[in-house]
Amino acid sequence: MIDDLRSLVGSGPAGFSDLLRQVGHGPPGLPDVPMVATSEATTILAVRFDRGVVVVGDRQATEGYSVAHRRIRKVFAADAHAAVAISGTAGVATEMVRLFQTELEHYEKIEGVRLSLEGKASYLARMVRNQLPMAMQGLVVVPLFAGYDESVGEGRLFSYDVVGGRYEELDVTASGSGGREARSVLRAGWVPSIDRQGALELAMRALVSAGEQDVATAGPDLRRGIMPLVVVVDADGYREVPDEDVVVLAARVLEGAP
Amino acid sequence: MSIPFYVSPEQLVKDRAEFARKGIARGRAIVALGYADGILILAENTSTTLYKIGEIYDRVAFAGVGRYNEFESLRVAGVRHADLKGYMYGRDDVTAKSLANAFGQTLGNVFTHEVKPYEVELLIAELGAIPDEDRLYKVLYDGTIGEERGLAAIGGAADQLRDALRSAPGPDRSLDDALEAAKAAFASVEGRTVEGWEAAVLERNGRRRAFRRIEA
Repeated sequence: MIDDLRSLVGSGPAGFSDLLRQVGHGPPGLPDVPMVATSEATTILAVRFDRGVVVVGDRQATEGYSVAHRRIRKVFAADAHAAVAISGTAGVATEMVRLFQTELEHYEKIEGVRLSLEGKASYLARMVRNQLPMAMQGLVVVPLFAGYDESVGEGRLFSYDVVGGRYEELDVTASGSGGREARSVLRAGWVPSIDRQGALELAMRALVSAGEQDVATAGPDLRRGIMPLVVVVDADGYREVPDEDVVVLAARVLEGAP
Repeated sequence: MSIPFYVSPEQLVKDRAEFARKGIARGRAIVALGYADGILILAENTSTTLYKIGEIYDRVAFAGVGRYNEFESLRVAGVRHADLKGYMYGRDDVTAKSLANAFGQTLGNVFTHEVKPYEVELLIAELGAIPDEDRLYKVLYDGTIGEERGLAAIGGAADQLRDALRSAPGPDRSLDDALEAAKAAFASVEGRTVEGWEAAVLERNGRRRAFRRIEA
């Protein structure tokens, strides 16, 4: 660690990642060998409603054809007013989220104001872009970003691609191996007047469908009591829906499922 | 041939200390005091954007008096130090003690090696799980570090402020009482109406980030 702060005093690096590089803890170089491509075995999705956004992620991590973890977390609080969900290589993705969270808080403390939602979304795009060399070797990370934009008073939604392209979505989005199935359910069910409860039910319906269609996605597991992670971001900020409420939601959706 | 002039180390340190002290004495004081659910930090500040008090980490706050540009650059360095440490190790590993040591070392080095010492005094506060674990550190312009219990003040009238607050109700007071006592102490020490306040608390409320700015 640095003990004399003089190297940290002054204009210095602009952001936290630059700071990490300066002290020699930047991302490691890659071995120059082709790696086995890993797929984005997961389903994460988000639904925009009249005053906010619902984000849902399943809990399963796979290793090839076997289940690696049953309770992994794929949706995180980026800060108090934004959520980030991840698909792709778990280790790389969770580390990216940790760095993203630190970066947002670092900016807020240094500048005294929070980064705008637009700013956060662009920053995440740059992080994915910087990841490209690793992505070329198969260590893909594709996030999904949702937050409450305090300047306009509504929820906003961003999807990304593997090269860091950032696309704002006005209704719904989904990503991961179950994303295609989830998207078709979301698109069919979404209406502009959808409210919070409607968005929660639609999101759960999409996840249940994805879980039935995609082997790498686990729907609500009522037997083990493992529920998808359901997050609401609105004017009150980021909050996770408690498991007991998700169980009720999941049971209702499963009852109506064919 | 030029004659190399000689200044004794005693004289050198004395001159520098006097210079720094003069600068700091002009600065308005800042006081930190514990209350039942946290630590209150109160400063006299007419600006609503140029803060003297700031958040360093989850449970650590910073306050500085003296030259704004100098303590602000130290605050930023402190945030960088804390974020690096918390990211590389764990969030609980960031402590006020290690920060105070880093600030002390920095100020000490600047004091002896640079042309001009920093004209600042710093206060580092850390919120514990219980009031007994609260920590308050004062770092002076020459790098001297001191630990205080329950009450600390920095800046021009620091000692008078501390004396005025000694008799105030104990650490199990409410936030309102603490704020009231601190404002009264300022008024009695300065002997005039205070033009503007800047206040912040580290709050024991179960949230990860304990720092919050409040209206005073």
